[in-house]
Amino acid sequence: MPNISRDEVAHLAKLARLAVTDDELDTFAGQLDTILSSVARVGEVAADDIPPTSHSVPLTNVFRADEVRQGLTQAEALAGAPAAEDGRFRVPRILGEEQ
Amino acid sequence: MAYDEVLSRFDPVLGLEVHVELNTNTKMFCGCRNEFGGEPNTQVCPTCLGLPGSLPVLNAVAVESAMRIGLALNCEIAEWCRFARKNYFYPDMPKNFQTSQYDEPIAFDGYLDLELDDGEIVRVGIERAHMEEDTGKSLHVGGATGRIHGAEHSLLDYNRAGVPLIEIVTKTIEGTGARAPEVARAYVTALRDLLRALGVSDVRMDQGSLRCDANVSLKPLGRKEFGTRTETKNVNSLRSVERAVRYEMTRQGAVLAGGGEIVQETRHFQEADGSTSAGRRKETSEDYRYFPEPDLVPIAPSREWVEKLRGTLPEMPWERRKRIQADWSLSDAEFRDLVNAGAVELVASTVDAGASSAEARSWWVSYLTQQANNREVELAELPITPAQVARVISLVAEGKLTNKLARSVVDGVLAGEGEPDEVVDKRGLAVVSDDGALTAAVDEALAANPDIAEKIRGGKVAAAGKIVGDVMKATKGQADAKRVRELVIERCTV
Repeated sequence: MPNISRDEVAHLAKLARLAVTDDELDTFAGQLDTILSSVARVGEVAADDIPPTSHSVPLTNVFRADEVRQGLTQAEALAGAPAAEDGRFRVPRILGEEQ
Repeated sequence: MAYDEVLSRFDPVLGLEVHVELNTNTKMFCGCRNEFGGEPNTQVCPTCLGLPGSLPVLNAVAVESAMRIGLALNCEIAEWCRFARKNYFYPDMPKNFQTSQYDEPIAFDGYLDLELDDGEIVRVGIERAHMEEDTGKSLHVGGATGRIHGAEHSLLDYNRAGVPLIEIVTKTIEGTGARAPEVARAYVTALRDLLRALGVSDVRMDQGSLRCDANVSLKPLGRKEFGTRTETKNVNSLRSVERAVRYEMTRQGAVLAGGGEIVQETRHFQEADGSTSAGRRKETSEDYRYFPEPDLVPIAPSREWVEKLRGTLPEMPWERRKRIQADWSLSDAEFRDLVNAGAVELVASTVDAGASSAEARSWWVSYLTQQANNREVELAELPITPAQVARVISLVAEGKLTNKLARSVVDGVLAGEGEPDEVVDKRGLAVVSDDGALTAAVDEALAANPDIAEKIRGGKVAAAGKIVGDVMKATKGQADAKRVRELVIERCTV
């Protein structure tokens, strides 16, 4: 049975860039636990002959021909950006998370 | 720590991850043009910019290329596999996740055999080859060195975001000892040659279409457990791969010998001095919260499709080398010299352009190799094509150039003066084959050296050398010395 700790919620919040207060950690830990327990009931009825499902439609091999299609112009691409410079998207400096 | 001392105490363990950008017309999940060097953000669309409401559709050619790479690496091709989202927040991916494959790679469990410089064969196991997409390019502004540290802000170009990428991961490579750095280099070289033969990528390390991350750890001799590894990212030349592995071995050896611990982290290779510097502490894979990509349906290649693709595999580079070696009747040692000089394909193309293999080989491994060394570039980077070399060879064969003049023509081509024939014209390098002009020069030289002329007339043919030399000097080396000699003797015997 799921048992989500405050630490796990804090960790997930950090990865998702969410500011969560101490009180909320307790609240969300309880709520997430309830959600996961509910979902876990599916596992009780799923028999061995039912594979885990990731897609609800039984489709495979949907491909596109390798043909160029007109995209956006630079001006269109940058139109919605909060800031741009030299034809590029401008973002605040990135600290300590170099990929 | 000295390299030998590292080896006296530790076994190096390697794992190599190579990313290769496919040369498809379009990106992995959208119809944007896949091309290097465009104006920033001109090869983008709502899908690769991660705009709301857009949906990815998989590029059929990219899937075929991935399977062909897998087959060439002796891998199994998955009967069924999916894409997954790798979640992280970093502006190089505007979607805030990278579409990749996680636990279901399209190809897995293969191997690649490498030949080292001395002919030893090493088999490297391939763990997997999976499909993913490349990220955008960041430009860090305001820092002293253009690096992230000290930067005030960053500028993003998403032309590369979504370009089809295949990540090829080796199994751990153990037991190579002192040769570990050489094995790393040989692996990337062999993989590059293979990918080029498949025609699936430009494999330009300098442009980033082939990139290598090197995982290195040291295991104390006699122990079974692996040591902690580091991952040196983005090593962008074959030589750098070798240097980076060697540097990490000596660095880690010193840390461990001093009682220290290796930190699991990414490291950056410094091209200037061949060192590596600490980067990001490694996140565990769980932190990426992978989950199956709901917007892309699974891929289930039929076995017929797989076999059809197997049938499209070209002659493999190692098979091709064996055949070429036999065709050119070279010994193993001679052929290895050619391989180590990076000259096999150049010589082959020169032969294809009509030259004899002996002449082509001689040009590439001697004069042109010298020129490459002088310029400190790889042989293939010299600004002369095999077709141009073949033309020079044929000019010599036709008697229009002497070997000396031919070198001058090659110098001209290397200096950007045009095609061999243009250089001949511009530099006035054609052999003086007009007997009239040569005879005049011979008569002049004989007249200037009456004593020698007398000796030759008296039957001392060996004395002709001085006259031939003078004529060659007078014609600035543009005469055929053999013909000059014939003329000298002719003029002295009539």
